[in-house]
This record gives sequence, structure tokens and C-alpha cells, in this order.
Amino acid sequence: MKCDIILAGVGGQGILSIATILGAAALRENLHLKQAEVHGMSQRGGDVMSCLRLSSDPIASDLIPTGKADLIVALEPMEALRHIGWLSPAGRVVTSTVPFVNIPTYPDTARILDTLGKLPNVTAFDMEQVAKEKATLRASNMVLLGAASPYIDLSPEKIEAGIQAVFGPKGEKMVETNIAAFRAGRETALSL
Amino acid sequence: MNENKPTDHSASKVMKLLLGDEALALGAINAGLSGAYAYPGTPSTEILEFVQANPTARERGLHSHWSSNEKTAVEEALGMSFCGKRSMVSMKHVGLNVAADAFVNSAMTGANGGMLVISADDPSMHSSQNEQDSRFYARFAMTPCLEPSNQQEAYDMAAYGFGLSERLRIPVMVRLVTRLSHSRAQVATEPEAAAENTLSYPQNPRQWVLMPGNSRVRYRELIADREKMEQESVESPFNRLSQGSDNSLGIIASGIAYNYVMECFPQGCPFPVLKISQYPLPKKLISELFAKVDRVMVAEEGQPVIEEMLRGLLDTPSRPVLGKLDGHLPRTGELSPDSVMEALVKAVPSLRTDSVEAPAASSVQAELKDLVVARPPALCQGCGHRDVYAALTAAMKMYEAPKVFGDIGCYTLGWLSPFNAIDTCLDMGASITMAKGAADAGQHPSVAIIGDSTFTHSGMTGLLDAVNEGTPMTVIISDNLTTGMTGGQDSQGTGKLEQICLGLGVDPAHLHTIDSLPKTVEEMKSLFLSEFEHKGLSVIVARRECIQTARRHAKKA
Repeated sequence: MKCDIILAGVGGQGILSIATILGAAALRENLHLKQAEVHGMSQRGGDVMSCLRLSSDPIASDLIPTGKADLIVALEPMEALRHIGWLSPAGRVVTSTVPFVNIPTYPDTARILDTLGKLPNVTAFDMEQVAKEKATLRASNMVLLGAASPYIDLSPEKIEAGIQAVFGPKGEKMVETNIAAFRAGRETALSL
Repeated sequence: MNENKPTDHSASKVMKLLLGDEALALGAINAGLSGAYAYPGTPSTEILEFVQANPTARERGLHSHWSSNEKTAVEEALGMSFCGKRSMVSMKHVGLNVAADAFVNSAMTGANGGMLVISADDPSMHSSQNEQDSRFYARFAMTPCLEPSNQQEAYDMAAYGFGLSERLRIPVMVRLVTRLSHSRAQVATEPEAAAENTLSYPQNPRQWVLMPGNSRVRYRELIADREKMEQESVESPFNRLSQGSDNSLGIIASGIAYNYVMECFPQGCPFPVLKISQYPLPKKLISELFAKVDRVMVAEEGQPVIEEMLRGLLDTPSRPVLGKLDGHLPRTGELSPDSVMEALVKAVPSLRTDSVEAPAASSVQAELKDLVVARPPALCQGCGHRDVYAALTAAMKMYEAPKVFGDIGCYTLGWLSPFNAIDTCLDMGASITMAKGAADAGQHPSVAIIGDSTFTHSGMTGLLDAVNEGTPMTVIISDNLTTGMTGGQDSQGTGKLEQICLGLGVDPAHLHTIDSLPKTVEEMKSLFLSEFEHKGLSVIVARRECIQTARRHAKKA
């Protein structure tokens, strides 16, 4: 098993929690894992990216080579496109369609979505809407994790155990909400 | 204590998922650490934060309070080492400039208890003002240097480094880089922490008093000790020469660059590889490699330290050397698996494997250019620095050529639009001293803007210069009650700023405190304007808690 994932978004969106949960799940599976993330200046509303590598064999590099990522998982459509050079020929993009506009030069969203649509394998939907309906807006990142989960070689039960491990200290209600968001994201992705 | 044996990762170990920073911190705690010292700085901050949160460290009462700056931190750690205990001090690469006096001279005093000086470099300048390479400092001070290539080595090198420091009686540098500091992987860790050292004093007390007579003796010893240090590097479990089937090329790969080289050869590297993770460079191993191969490629993260040494001034190594200085690898920015692969293909064209399948991005490549725009970081909504800048830019409009000298922190973002409010950013504390120099040159108004933590780090001494000369300038301390940029660590001046200023001799009539809020922007503007017209030194403390820490505090309450 080998799965190289680029996680992308805007600082503060909760991209790193996705990495933490998959990390917790991978650790239980005795998989090898490397996850490079960005801290500091870039977290102040700038673009953030994390390389997450899971493998049954030892992993050499903390960074994923370009053109080799199996998945780009993004909470924001322009941020999905920013890292598109990393995607392997058979790779898939899983992204929310909701733009995060905090700059005056943000491009036309329709054109971004149109361009994303031209890629061979794309799962894109309004994750905020699903999060609001099935959980809370703040759990949009768990909707994204759910939407990406069919393409990651870890069973949904294992990932849910990861959610339990990460959110457990914050109370059972937090765990329930985030698992609900995860399931809703997974169902939506599978029904597209 | 450590007999150079590779660490045993047997079943008794506990697997943990750790950042490189955290692995090193846990390794130190498990190796009997007594005190950790630091000033926050990306990418090193998580080292001390890990110690602060670690149950064993808390139970043992290990020192883990933030220091005022990197120099005080190194000296405090050295004081602990003097007493025979194991200490570590961590900082970002430019922090080592601040601590350089203490660090370089600590090689002269030597260490008693094991001491690690951890410096985290930031190639690509993700969150820094330069790409300086800490390995130069280790060479300059003549201390050994460890450079882990992965999280497990970061963990193992703590115990090993303490052992090395105690064997050689000298502080040991550990050089990290962003991609290791901030990358997570599984690490096999000891289930329990070793006992701390007991209190004991240096065997050679003269050496700790660096008067010329003592220093001259010690300096000869230090130079003589280089042989022992090099022998340690030759025997180090972290430096390895592996054989290859193809001797047309040899590769020297240090630290994290070793991983990128290995990533290029999933089936194993056909060329001999010398992995370097301990300095001074093991000349014996390098000679062995040079004797074997036709050419040598050097892959190292940061500046071309090893490469320059191999080439020498006249560039006459016994075999051609390929690396950053001849364009095989990029001279700036961090390495990546891609740049290393490109360099290898340049050197050995038969390594090129053109993929049959087009990359996924090829169908949309042409459209990306105007669809992906820069998203620079910005000050948070609800941040007091925003209101300070709103008032400041409005006040500056009243002058023809106002100059604002900025500093290091979130408020450096005030250079970006919509504020475009600062003219310089050099190093910690330079706002005050550069504003003073400008005022000395006749600049009016000459304004410094500095954060609370940066002020106590390196601003206070410069302010004393301005007090003593009655320099006509205005210092704005934008106080958010924390060290914001690095994630909200305690700030050493919280609750003391006005007292500090008064103690340094600032005229109470020209020391003002004001809240930095949207509703006080007009009031701040008037205050700035009236103090700009004062023909002497003014200090204005504009205060509002950081929105990020305020939210955290609200959650806790």
C-alpha cells in the first residue's frame, strides 16, 4: 500500500487536523507515515500545504515528488489548482467548491471550477453546505476527509477511530459531530 | 555512556508520531535532561513547547520557561551544564546570531553536563529573513555538529549528543531544517526517562574563566581536540559509507538531503553514498569515497558548506565535484526530491525515465497562470496591530517623507497592502536603533514600531541609547501581550513595559499607553502626531491582546 496525499487550504481552515487523524489511523495500522506541514508566517491567512505519505514500506522523503501524488485534498478550489502539478496521471482531486476569498485578486470562481472539471478524476462539491446540514459548519474539514476516504486505502472504521482518538479529549459531542460530518462527506462523494 | 552503537529499536520501544522538533525534545527528556531553554522562532518553537507539555518533564520540574532572547537562553543552559546537568537550548537559525557571543565562547569554556545547542535553519525562508546555515557556526566555534536526516535520528541524537558532549566536554550543535522540524513520522522511543545527572562541577575550573591567560591554554586544547572530534565522526553510527554497483558517480548526502537522494532510487541506489550526519567532516570516509569513484555529487540542505570545503579556494579536488556551485543543484531555496533527481539526471543522463503517461496537470496547464494567484499571509481580523497601522498611516500622511522602521513579528505584515506602513525590517530590535540612526541623520519624523516580545528580546538596550541622547524619535510598542507570530508563547515583558521604559529613563511626560481598537484610531492618530512634534524621545505603548490568544483564553474560561 502506498498513498501520497497533498492537503491544501488556507491557514486556519483545519487542514492539519485531517493529517493528524489520518496519522492516528495509520499508526494503528502499523503503516509508515511522513507528514510535512507548514507553521509560522504562512498560517496567517496565507495558503498552506501539507504532504502526507502513507506506505506499507519505509518512506524516504518527507516531500512528495511532483507528478507523483495520488490525491490532492483541498478545502478550497483555487488551492486545489495551486498544487495540481503534484498530481500523478491517475491521481484524483477531492475539493470543496466554496471559494475562500480573502484577497482582492481572487479569480473568477466559475472558471476555477470549470478548469478543475477538465481533470480526469475529480470529486468536487459544496462541503460547507453538507457540513451545515449534517453537522456544523466548523466540521467542513471532516466532510472533506469523508469525501477523500474512498480513495485512501484505510477502512472508514479505522479513520473514524482516528477521529475518536483526536477529538476524544474534547468530549463525546465533538466526536459525534465530526463522525457525522465524515460519514456525510463519504456518502456524498460515493453518490456523485 | 553511549558506546556509538546504533540504537536498538526492539519491542520494548514505544512508537509515537512526532515532529522532528518533538522527537528531539522527547529524546532529550528520555536521556535525563534537566533544563530546556529557548526563545520562540519558526521552525524551532515546538521543541520547548513539547517539553512544557510533557508529563515526565512536568513531574520532574524540568526548566522549560521561555527566555528573553537566544543569548540569555544559551547562557542559562551553559550555567546548568556548568553544574553537571544535561541542558539544551533551542532557537531558529537567526537566533543563533543573537546568541553567537555565548555560543562561540561556550566552545572555549567547554561543557560539564552534556549540552545541546539546537539551531533550526529555514532554507526557502518560509518564515525568516535569510537562509544562513548553522553548520558554519559549528565550524567557526569548533564544536561538533549533528544533523539528523529523519525523526528517528533526531530522537536518537539527543542521547547520543549528550554522550558526545560529555565525552568531549564541549557543547554539541544539533542542526535542524524546516522540513525535518515540521514533519511527522513514527519514532521508536524509550518507555521511561533516564535519571538526571547529579550536581557536579567542572574538572578544569580555569577553563571557565576566559581571561587571556586561560583562553590561550584552552584554545590550543580546543584545536588539538579537533582530531578526537573527527575520529568520533568517522566512528559515528550516523555517518555511513554504503557501497554501490556503479562507481562512475559517488554521492555525499547530508541531513535531510539523504532522504531526497534515496527517494530517487526506490530500488536502491546504484552509486556509493556517503551519508553525513555528524561534523567535523569524517575525512577518512570522504577519502575512501573519492578513491573509489570518478566524480562526486554533494547534496546538502542549505548553503554549500561541504561542497566548498571539498572544492577549496582553487577548486582542485582530486575528483570533479558536482553540486550547488556549478549549477547541478539550485543555489537558493530548499532541496526537493525533484531538484535532486534533476541534478542526478544532469550528471548521469541514462537515469532519465520519461513517463509514458502525461501528468494530470498537462490538460489544464495553460489555464493555470491567471487562475492561481498569490495568497499572502495577512494580519488577523480583530488584531490590534491593524488599528495601530490605520492610525499610523493616517498620521504619516501629514508629512512629506515620513519613515517607519519596522521589526520582526506579525506586524512585519504591515509592509503589505493595504497598510504599506513600514520601510525596513532587519532583525530583532532594529526598529528602535535604525530609527535612532535615521534621527541622528536628520530624519523627521523617525518612527520605530516594535512588538512587546521583540522589545524585551532586543529593543531595550537600543532604547537606552536613545534615552541617553534624547534622540528626537517616536517608539511605538504594539503590545499584544504575547509572542504572536510563533503561535502565542508567553512574552517576557507582559505587564512590565511601562516600568521598563521608565526604568531606562524615558521621560514620563512622553510615555503614553493607549488601547489599540477601531474606536481609538482617531485618538491614536492625534497622539502620534503630537509626539512626532516632540523634540525628544517618545514611547507609546498601544495595547490590545492578540485575537488568537484572546480566543484561547475565552475558550478556557
